[in-house]
Amino acid sequence: MKILVCVKQVPGSSNVEVDPVTGVLKRNGVLSKINPYDLYAIETALFISEKFGAEVESITMGPPQAKDVILETVCMGASRGTVLSDRRFAGADVLSTAHTLSHGIKISGKYDIIICGKQTTDGDTAQVGAELAEYLGIPNVSNVISVNDIRENKLYLTAGLDDKTVSLSITMPCLISVEGDINTPRLPSYKIKRSLNDDVVRFLSLDDFNDKNAERFGLNGSATQVERIFPPEKNDTKITFDGDYKNQASNLYSLLVSKKMLEVEK
Amino acid sequence: MYNKVTDADIAALKAILGNKNVLVGDEISPDYSHDELSGVEKMPETVVKVSSTEEISAVMKLAYSRSIPVTVRGSGTGLVGAAVPVMGGILMETLKMNKILSLDSDNLTVTVQPGVLLMELAEFAEQHDFLYPPDPGEKSATVGGNISTNAGGMRAVKYGVTRDYVRSLTVVMPNGEVITLGGKVAKNSSGYSLKDLVIGSEGTLCIISEAVLKLVPLPKHSISLLVPFCNMKSAIEAVPKIICSKVIPTAIEYMSRDTILFSEDYLGKKFPDTKSDAYILLTFDGSTKEQVDKDMEIVADLCLEIGATDVYIVDTDERKKAVWSARGAFLEAIKASTTEMDECDVVVPVNKIDEFIKYTHELAEIHNVRIPSFGHAGDGNLHVYICRDKLSKTKWERTLSLCFDSMYKKARELGGLVSGEHGIGYVKKSYLKYQYGDVHVAIMEGIKKVFDEKNILNPGKIY
Repeated sequence: MKILVCVKQVPGSSNVEVDPVTGVLKRNGVLSKINPYDLYAIETALFISEKFGAEVESITMGPPQAKDVILETVCMGASRGTVLSDRRFAGADVLSTAHTLSHGIKISGKYDIIICGKQTTDGDTAQVGAELAEYLGIPNVSNVISVNDIRENKLYLTAGLDDKTVSLSITMPCLISVEGDINTPRLPSYKIKRSLNDDVVRFLSLDDFNDKNAERFGLNGSATQVERIFPPEKNDTKITFDGDYKNQASNLYSLLVSKKMLEVEK
Repeated sequence: MYNKVTDADIAALKAILGNKNVLVGDEISPDYSHDELSGVEKMPETVVKVSSTEEISAVMKLAYSRSIPVTVRGSGTGLVGAAVPVMGGILMETLKMNKILSLDSDNLTVTVQPGVLLMELAEFAEQHDFLYPPDPGEKSATVGGNISTNAGGMRAVKYGVTRDYVRSLTVVMPNGEVITLGGKVAKNSSGYSLKDLVIGSEGTLCIISEAVLKLVPLPKHSISLLVPFCNMKSAIEAVPKIICSKVIPTAIEYMSRDTILFSEDYLGKKFPDTKSDAYILLTFDGSTKEQVDKDMEIVADLCLEIGATDVYIVDTDERKKAVWSARGAFLEAIKASTTEMDECDVVVPVNKIDEFIKYTHELAEIHNVRIPSFGHAGDGNLHVYICRDKLSKTKWERTLSLCFDSMYKKARELGGLVSGEHGIGYVKKSYLKYQYGDVHVAIMEGIKKVFDEKNILNPGKIY
């Protein structure tokens, strides 16, 4: 059995500032890291590998330095990984990203299970997984909270649905997107890191793809265009109530009612 | 020898502090009768909530003239009964004095009131790109309490303890007089260092009403390593070798698998690895990623050479949280795993930790009692817990006393001291006397007499 985990390199801190004039993320000096949600996907893959036997690989799309996140998956227990890197992939939206990944996956090998994290911490769309499954023509389940069994070519899962959970099975090959916080991802091993060699990472570009038409990738292949990025408005207003605690409580109550945060029984 | 608090005293206190800041009778919550140590309790006759140096001074003038004992209390997070008013009298709470008064970026100091919580100070410093390095586990403790016990914490290996960060103290003497000790200066060879006498004096000499603390530039990068070993012996033996590597980690903590499992149960959250019997957790910090990575790699390579089964990298906020939140919960987790417990926070020379821990395992077997431990391997400060579990009260008290006697004796043999960071308070007094002997204790008594000839400040503590 072969499992592929999709990962992404994201800014290392959630406090990346946005230039208020240009709307561009101020990435200078900000270190990058593997998308935290992807760690749950890797841990899920390694759990399946240990319990049912499987080889785990990883894939990412990004600039050459995205190699670091592939190496990190290897340090956690994956055997190798692929970086889809080409200037012509740049500026991709959700659809274009899923499209590019699907082409990279098609020429990388056959996988029984593809696992994605719920979303990324920089894009936050939570759509790449489902769209990738569509491009690959395989079934997919989102919001997976546990992988319970694998038998007769089927994956038995529990998925979350807001206020309830659902148990279901899905025929392999398939794609699942796992929820955050469903496991404790293992830590990368320094022992593996210091013995790494370059052949665990493979780079693929548009020239390696079956479809070499640059118009269908990156910004050109995107269905959406970003008009403007702006930081959300900050609200630093603080209201302080003085006086004795009865007055303070009464003032707080009135404020909450006026803001419609409390319902008043009539 | 002491006077009881009378109605006239209460009226006088209310005149100084206002009615709502003086509690009597049923208004006094039982929480004021103890700290986080179980077994030592005494209700104060009154609780007063002070807001300024002037108020402290006025209260002390009254207490001094009336010979009423005064015990100062911050958050009440102590572990040795130091803030328990064992002689009754006035319990003075400093939590209302919780203002960070000023930041002096030229002199790298911050001036605070004693009731500021450690976590508030840490956050304030970080917001201004500084670090207040002392980092004891109890973040809701007050700065005043930290100074009074010379609190240490995990970063002591590299940065030292609270004492190293106190530049100046404004204190109220038992008779109400206000003096300032030390100053915003880096060097000081101007007579006896009274400031340093006050630090760690557990509220027995004078009352701290303001402190000027030293800050350091905030390190921009940090990384932790979780290093698994097949047993505690090899984990602990690695520590002196790491220190000899000349790379100075910020923290070196040791932890056993058992303790990690308690923490998992307590937090309801799995730890990233529990396959090994023993772990060392190290942190490195610095101004550049390159320097931090280089230090980390030197120590990681060394650990693998000396028998670590692997070295796990804890490099992102999420990973640090997963590992350090478990470490931070150890005390509460062990507490939750048993019916009652008591702790020994001895400090021994770093190269004797292994011997001491091995000895606690022997004691556990001899007395058939559970003695989990964790602690600051890098500075020799151990936290050893004797758990009551299902023992009867009589058996528990006997076992506890036997274990403590043996452990403090062993610590002394190894060149160690009674307390690394919790203080002596009420419950460790006999061990301090045993450790120091008559001459040493007589000098301490003499110092106490000079500061507080009426013995009204936190009487019955330390010796």
